[in-house]
Amino acid sequence: MNLWQEYKSPTSVAEAVQDLASAAGPALPIAGGTDLMLDLRQGNHPPVHTLIDLTFIPEMSALELRGDELYVGAAVPVNQVALDPLVGTHAQALTEAANLIAGPQVRNTATLGGNVAHALPAADGTIALTALDAVAEVAGAAGRRRMPFTSLFLGPGKSAIDKTKEIIVGFYLPIARPHQASCFKRIMRPQGVALPILNCAVWLERDGDLVRDIHIAVGPGGATPFRATEAEAFLRGQSFNDETFAHALDCLLDQAKFRTSARRASADYRRHIVGGLLKDVLDTAWKRAE
Amino acid sequence: MSTINLSVNGKQYSLESIPGETLSTMLRERLRLTGTKIGCEEAECGACTVLVDGQPMMSCVYPAERADGKTIVTIEGLAQRVHEEMKLHPLQDAFVEHGAVQCGFCIPGQILTAYALLKRNPNPDSADIRFALKDTLCRCAGYPSIENAILAAAQALRTGEPVQKPTHIPDSIHEHKTVGHSHLRPEAVEKVTGEALYTDDLKFDGMLYAKAKRAMIPHGFLKKLDISKAKALPGVAAVLTAEDIPAEKNHGLVIFDWPVMVGIGERVRYVGDALAIVAAETQEIAEQAVGLIEAEFDLQPVITNPVQARQEGVPQIHEKGNLLKHIKVRKGDMDAGFASADVILEHTFHTPTTDHAFIEPECSIGVPLPDGRMEIYVGSQIPYQDRTQVARVMGWPEERVRVVGQLMGGGFGGKEDIMGQIHVAMLANVTQRPVKLLFDRHESLLVHPKRHATQIRVKLGAKKDGRIVAMETELYGDTGAYASLGEKVMTRATTHSAGPYDIEHVRADCYAMYTNNPPAGAFRGFGVTQSAFAVESMMDMLADTVGVDRVELRRMNALHVGSVTNTGQVLNESVGLTECIDRVDAEMRKHTPRPFAPRVDSANPNLVRAWGFASAYKNTGLGGGAPDISGADVELYEDGTFQVRSSAAELGQGLVTVMRLTVAEEMAVAPEQVRVLVMDTDLAPNGGPTTASRQTFVTGNASRYAAKTLRDQITATMAEKFDVRPEQIRYEDGIVHVNGHSMTYAEIYKEMTAIGQQPKVRYEYEAPKTMPLGEGGDMHFAFSFGVQAAEVEVNKLTGEVRVLKVISANDVGMAVNPLGLQGQIEGGVMMGLGNCLTEEFIVDNGNVVTDHLARYRVPGIMLTPEITSIIVEHPISSGPYGAKGVGEICSIPTTPAITNAIYNAVGVRIFKTPVDQEMIARELWEREETK
Ligand SMILES: Cc1cc2nc3c(=O)[nH]c(=O)nc-3n(C[C@H](O)[C@H](O)[C@H](O)COP(=O)(O)OP(=O)(O)OC[C@H]3O[C@@H](n4cnc5c(N)ncnc54)[C@H](O)[C@@H]3O)c2cc1C
Ligand code: FES
Ligand code: FES
Repeated sequence: MNLWQEYKSPTSVAEAVQDLASAAGPALPIAGGTDLMLDLRQGNHPPVHTLIDLTFIPEMSALELRGDELYVGAAVPVNQVALDPLVGTHAQALTEAANLIAGPQVRNTATLGGNVAHALPAADGTIALTALDAVAEVAGAAGRRRMPFTSLFLGPGKSAIDKTKEIIVGFYLPIARPHQASCFKRIMRPQGVALPILNCAVWLERDGDLVRDIHIAVGPGGATPFRATEAEAFLRGQSFNDETFAHALDCLLDQAKFRTSARRASADYRRHIVGGLLKDVLDTAWKRAE
Repeated sequence: MSTINLSVNGKQYSLESIPGETLSTMLRERLRLTGTKIGCEEAECGACTVLVDGQPMMSCVYPAERADGKTIVTIEGLAQRVHEEMKLHPLQDAFVEHGAVQCGFCIPGQILTAYALLKRNPNPDSADIRFALKDTLCRCAGYPSIENAILAAAQALRTGEPVQKPTHIPDSIHEHKTVGHSHLRPEAVEKVTGEALYTDDLKFDGMLYAKAKRAMIPHGFLKKLDISKAKALPGVAAVLTAEDIPAEKNHGLVIFDWPVMVGIGERVRYVGDALAIVAAETQEIAEQAVGLIEAEFDLQPVITNPVQARQEGVPQIHEKGNLLKHIKVRKGDMDAGFASADVILEHTFHTPTTDHAFIEPECSIGVPLPDGRMEIYVGSQIPYQDRTQVARVMGWPEERVRVVGQLMGGGFGGKEDIMGQIHVAMLANVTQRPVKLLFDRHESLLVHPKRHATQIRVKLGAKKDGRIVAMETELYGDTGAYASLGEKVMTRATTHSAGPYDIEHVRADCYAMYTNNPPAGAFRGFGVTQSAFAVESMMDMLADTVGVDRVELRRMNALHVGSVTNTGQVLNESVGLTECIDRVDAEMRKHTPRPFAPRVDSANPNLVRAWGFASAYKNTGLGGGAPDISGADVELYEDGTFQVRSSAAELGQGLVTVMRLTVAEEMAVAPEQVRVLVMDTDLAPNGGPTTASRQTFVTGNASRYAAKTLRDQITATMAEKFDVRPEQIRYEDGIVHVNGHSMTYAEIYKEMTAIGQQPKVRYEYEAPKTMPLGEGGDMHFAFSFGVQAAEVEVNKLTGEVRVLKVISANDVGMAVNPLGLQGQIEGGVMMGLGNCLTEEFIVDNGNVVTDHLARYRVPGIMLTPEITSIIVEHPISSGPYGAKGVGEICSIPTTPAITNAIYNAVGVRIFKTPVDQEMIARELWEREETK
């Protein structure tokens, strides 16, 4: 009946991976625990014998510039992400998403690693990282590897990471150069669970009135965090105006697979409101990139 | 096993780790720091917030092992943190002074979260505070008071000055020495320091932990029940089933139709029915044992709604059928009424089941005494009823049971029914050990009675000028598996279904139906919340049809002194409705001269604003012929202080303060000289149920008359002793003046006892008689009136709705404690807002979907509009100092005020709550497409 039998607090990634491998029963990493503890308590999760606490590992709690990348440890509390000036400068969409996740108490423990490993297609941190084209560093028994962000997901709630063996160590984000900017916004409904019915993050680079490069992420636009690659491809090199926006939105609506989530939002509703949200996010990012 | 080294409130601890333990459990159970509260264990409510290395965290999802090396501060550690001595932190002071403390259950979390905010940001504005307290829920919902308290504390901390008291709360217009002025709650200080004990904070030697096995099927017959494995589990002390029920098998508030446990061959009527109960050495063992109990059912088709329940040929859930009660209101002649109407409108409305979501889940403890008696510790709205119900099932005389009522972390009507009281009595009796049964949030959501879901059809006939001549309503109420207070609630829904209007021809029919949903019973508003939504929506539709201003229409039809209600009651006094309408109207038009016209935001054309308006009335007291009685004792003590006692319930609403002020007023002493004892069936007389906004009236009166009688006794004794006429004796500032002599109450005590007089009075107050529905005359002895206007902003693209401002005027007769009233009114608006926008208890084919707090959203501080309260005081002569009820009326007009505002903003009429933003958006885009 106990939520877990054994609790380990390793202080290095290697130790954590080792602990996962050598646990006496089913083992899982725990970061903030704001998803995991609830899943365990509510019986939505197979029993876990050993929890491996990731918050005592300095490398995973680091947030710093590394070369021309911004490194955000997977166990950095979301609140710290939200307040960090480096994130504000280089990844404003992430600041905005982090600020909207849950309330302050949850944010003080919840992490991006957990948000991403939970693999929901509309988690706020996840959608921001999708648009920012983050790269994840993953550690397992075979060593470490870098994984492009969208390759981390297999389906709703299904991570490509084998959580019983592997750990997301942190995320690398490109640092912002002039005329690059990002933005995140979401639409909620006041009833039911606190997940957005629709969220959207955009990263873009301007070349005067032209879109030099752009990433658009929308959740839930599919079974995994959705990148509107067709709309992106169309917009690249275009000037940004009502006409190009309208066409980009058509591309997005063609490509995205909006679905109906019972008692939350119909696919139809999502299709109708995504344009307004995208416009809002794009406009803001566009202005920021001036 | 490893060791956890941590600092808690400045003390160093070294504790062995326990597998699976959370920080909250460690603090509460091992360190006995019970100021950290548990409301949900799902990181939703914030009641369990503690500071970890200065940061607020939810301790219910924080593994205790992670606290190794950390510094923890709990609410108990705040008072001494700033000063050497035990002195309240300015935040604690400010919460007390500003009336931010109601039931108090959320307060430790609020204060600690605010503490962390002020450390980081000593000068926060309103937006900063809201952002910081976003997920720290207060169901009493005095969010504006909480915000004001934090602002005041921040100022005090910055300046070093004492906390500023609130200045915006006016005294009553009725002049008295003590009542009518703002006073602090006697129990507020212990609530801000974490010392206040709620039921789950109690621990008895040798205490066992209980858990009930719930059916978890909505309808069927219990075929088999195997408890052998559970019994064999080490650590299990008892497993009881229906066979072990000593006497009466059922409990209930009006009708005894709710089985204590369902036996073999008997019918399961909803998922929450108990099949067996377990007591074990630990909570974990009890849970494990329940998991080992195996049940088999013969499943039956599920009755999912009241309309289906009334159809021919459907399964009958109870022996007497599915109809709990057909309730009828008849006045005038409907045919003549509709024939004389120029316009007739007819529409049907739906409201969902909703949950009280008090932050403190239910908890009962049974403690067997050596002499064979049984004590029940429980937060209950009706302690004497609990006693009766426990005694019936145990087969005992009532006196063998003592109900010791505990502080309640909110009730709102949801703590009137039996939950664990009987189960712990049975288990404690069998094991002869104390037994605690604590619900987790999941069980609380599944089991206790809710607000009735309704379908309400309204047909209204009016003259061209807007005068309503006929109103016909048909209501279906879903009372779920058991009656609870269903009949009473739906009666109120029915009698109030024509709104607070003077109408010649009225007919109402209500079918209160049993279904296989969780039971429905009392919930603040008591049925009137539902019917007010229907009728007030109709009023706005009528206004449009006849082209009369929305406010004018209500004014023209409003009940007034001399009106006859639809149940045939002549209103002789205390009808402040028109004043409420006028004052809300004036206040609203101060903000917006054309309040009902849509206003488009200049920066974002998708955002449209408008006001909406709604009126309501609500009875005070049980009414309908039920004797409405409350008893109170007032006693003078040797040291010159008083105690007033009544087994009425304090659930956070402020009754204790009302009792204290009343006695202080009558005895002419400072309130601090009066102690209050409530909710103990051994020590205090029956105060009756805490329901129907009745306690200020009945127990207020009982306290007042008890004090008056005591004063008369003192007067008589002193008059005789000093040989003066009674009129020459004056009571002033704690001193009794007798013809030149000044005596303190301590001296009075001596004088009285010296001649063998016990300065103690019991008074049983009986409210003015009422008549049953259908017999005409006074169905109720008082009505409160309320009017609200809400300004909303609707996003035309997404359908999102935000409530910006609410103006709430309530005719409460007399404001006994304006500070407490403020909290009730703020909380009432927020509960109404939740009812309108966020709350829906979803049951799918008898199975509860909203079985966690995460799925049942109650409004947080972020949704709080600017609330303006206007107190209207048309006194009722029978009330204490003119007071009548306020607890419910302040919550009732909110929903229709908001939905009417939505219509005024974007032209979408809401026929079903909660408001579905998708439905608004859809209607708007479809309208756009057909253009
Ligand atoms: C009240 C409340 C409100 C919420 N609101 C929002 C919201 O608005 N938006 C939103 O997006 N989410 C929300 N959430 C969800 C949740 O807080 C986030 O998903 C959070 O970021 C999860 O992080 P965590 O560290 O708590 O994860 P945990 O619960 O610790 O872990 C989640 C899963 O990921 C695994 N895991 C964790 N870290 C790693 C890692 N580094 N490598 C590999 N596996 C890992 C765990 O084993 C577990 O399976 C809310 C939750 C609550 C309780
Ligand atoms: S958030 Fe911990 S008890 Fe509710
Ligand atoms: S005072 Fe906040 S929940 Fe009652």
